[in-house]
Amino acid sequence: MKKIIANWGNYPSIESDEKTFSFPEDLATYVGREDRFIARGYGRCYGDASLAAKTVCTLQYNKVLSFDTKEGIFECQSGLTLDKILPIIVPKGWFLPVTPGTKFITVGGAVGSDVHGKNHHVDGCFSAHVMEMDITGHDGETHTCTPDDKADLFWATCGGMGLTGVITRVKFRLKKIETSYIRQKQLKAKNLDEILRLFEENKQYTYSVAWIDCLKKGKGFGRSILILGEHASVEDLPAGKKEKPLAVPSGKQINFPFNLPSFVLNKFTVKVFNFLFYGKNMKREINNVVSYEPFFYPLDAILNWNRGYGKKGFIQYQFVLPLESKNGLVEILHRISDKGIGSFLAVLKVFGPQDDLISFPKEGYTLALDIPVRNGLMPFLDELDALVLQHGGRLYMSKDARMKPEILEKGYPRLDEFKSIIRKYNPESKFSSLQSERLNLTSR
Amino acid sequence: MEKYVFIIGATSDIGMAIAEKYAREGYDLLLGARKSERLLPAQSDLQIRFGIRCNLLELDLSQTTTLAAVWNSLENKPGITICVAGFMQDNDEVLRDTSATLQTIESNFTGPVTLLNAIALDYMKNGTGVIAGFSSVAGLRGRQSNFIYGSAKAGFIAYLSGLRNKLFHHQVHVLTVLPGFVYTKMTAHLSLPALLTATPAQVANAVFTGIRKKKNVVYVKWFWKWIMCIIRMIPEFMFKKKKL
Ligand SMILES: Cc1cc2nc3c(=O)[nH]c(=O)nc-3n(C[C@H](O)[C@H](O)[C@H](O)COP(=O)(O)OP(=O)(O)OC[C@H]3O[C@@H](n4cnc5c(N)ncnc54)[C@H](O)[C@@H]3O)c2cc1C
Repeated sequence: MKKIIANWGNYPSIESDEKTFSFPEDLATYVGREDRFIARGYGRCYGDASLAAKTVCTLQYNKVLSFDTKEGIFECQSGLTLDKILPIIVPKGWFLPVTPGTKFITVGGAVGSDVHGKNHHVDGCFSAHVMEMDITGHDGETHTCTPDDKADLFWATCGGMGLTGVITRVKFRLKKIETSYIRQKQLKAKNLDEILRLFEENKQYTYSVAWIDCLKKGKGFGRSILILGEHASVEDLPAGKKEKPLAVPSGKQINFPFNLPSFVLNKFTVKVFNFLFYGKNMKREINNVVSYEPFFYPLDAILNWNRGYGKKGFIQYQFVLPLESKNGLVEILHRISDKGIGSFLAVLKVFGPQDDLISFPKEGYTLALDIPVRNGLMPFLDELDALVLQHGGRLYMSKDARMKPEILEKGYPRLDEFKSIIRKYNPESKFSSLQSERLNLTSR
Repeated sequence: MEKYVFIIGATSDIGMAIAEKYAREGYDLLLGARKSERLLPAQSDLQIRFGIRCNLLELDLSQTTTLAAVWNSLENKPGITICVAGFMQDNDEVLRDTSATLQTIESNFTGPVTLLNAIALDYMKNGTGVIAGFSSVAGLRGRQSNFIYGSAKAGFIAYLSGLRNKLFHHQVHVLTVLPGFVYTKMTAHLSLPALLTATPAQVANAVFTGIRKKKNVVYVKWFWKWIMCIIRMIPEFMFKKKKL
């Protein structure tokens, strides 16, 4: 069916002929017949990675295939979304090994972007927990691969943005939990030096992430709130919750009804931040026990919050810089705050070591912030790209809608190897997206 | 068995939605379909998500002479049977193609009737059970665009109504479902009027409630009842001139 689609940033949008499938034969027929299309999950990447004039949507291909509750091994079709998995695994004492900041993504998308969570420095990316997967290749055949068997296909698929084929089945390991709650600690940092020090001091925590105020200048430059978390044990729970330690939160949502001018959302986040920062607890540290839902998915409670950025959409700019490039981080933050166009808040996190073929994370600082699309934005982002590269960093393809091919090339040292695997498994550029064409990953 | 449902034609989007609805409500399932191995993923999914038992049954409605035996050989027989099976092709093609004509009649009428006969006899003997059959608004009046399919569905409507009458006296309930337009893979290429079009999940809910409340005929979207009422009132001498 033809319709206008866009990913989470609402930029760009495109008319796409979208095909859904429920059975593998139907996918094989489609792949055999069609040309130049891309797999699409929930469309939660921000930019143009899962956009093309033809898309094959996996959302109907969403069955749970097996769940070993003793060993914590889960196997499903690729269109199953994390929000459907959680209520199945949590009551049995298991959790997702890695989860992004939204549960509305498919397992195929988790592999395609090789997503990271707040525990990257401890548990790595999603791919670190994948045991086996099936991919429907350009020939319409299903190829099974593991980290060791058909390893080239496996590693080019993790973070490969759908360019090796359509992932159809994924088997992955879960994380054991005693309760569905998180023991949370929030720490205030007066400035950038303090927040980076706090990250270092608290790296034994499984989960860590910071909200950083991008606009504050002077002494308070880089003021932030660090949020740390550990899966709570039964003893950690308050009396009323001990009887049902693995309760699944009800997950009520409110819908964001329409597109707002972007300053409204900015004002809202300013308020939330100030509330947390100056609010009733002037204490430097807050400790509490919360359900996993608000801890991992605070934004999911407001469906379609992306509409808060207005009709033109927004770019989420996310980069990583090596640990030794703290100056680069300072410089980029200054540029953003001088320009005054970024969202008030950005998310800062420290990645642990990782060195995969094409996955985004590598050891260092990663910063992500939303910037509404407006005139003059793209040249400014090009300037930021140059700074990122100059300091040895790179951008996240899953958030990208506009980088130039040379930025990708210089940021990812193994890009040539990745490209040659793509040529092997996708010789006619059958799997091809707006992004892959823009970045010269597939032919036009 | 009380909480055990048989779905005939389970691979369709509507069949899947009904299976999920009943599984969510804690019912065990028997899913019947041609190439039933295609339902293996659905089987594991429903069992893992809802903690119910889900069995598969290979069923070819065109093999009419074997259908009664398939039912009778079941050890454990479901107490609710829902027949979703059906098949529609372009009417003009069917008109020219005898095998397509026979297939249309078989999968919409002869097959379901043969199988439901065996089930009805069983339910009658036990004095308990529910049968729900999917017909179509196309069966309420023959139109030039789909009268072969429509006439098979019309036969099925008459069958279900007679069956309801007969089984009423044996404490067995029969429900006729006339779903109207439904968003499915079969209709994905059409642009359907939202007011008249139901999602498979809405159809499943309507069937579930219809069975629980012992309704006789269910239109999923209430509008259809009135539309069809009007369409059926148009005199034949006028109707034949219409391009419907
Ligand atoms: C609020 C929010 C918070 C987020 N937080 C994080 C975060 O903390 N960490 C992080 O890493 N990401 C984060 N993301 C990004 C998101 O997790 C990824 O973009 C993810 O890939 C989206 O999955 P999806 O199912 O929506 O896939 P899509 O967005 O539709 O596709 C993403 C990519 O995966 C490919 N793909 C999807 N399915 C398949 C398949 N079956 N076979 C082959 N390729 C496939 C697509 O081609 C595309 O290249 C966040 C996004 C949002 C909206």
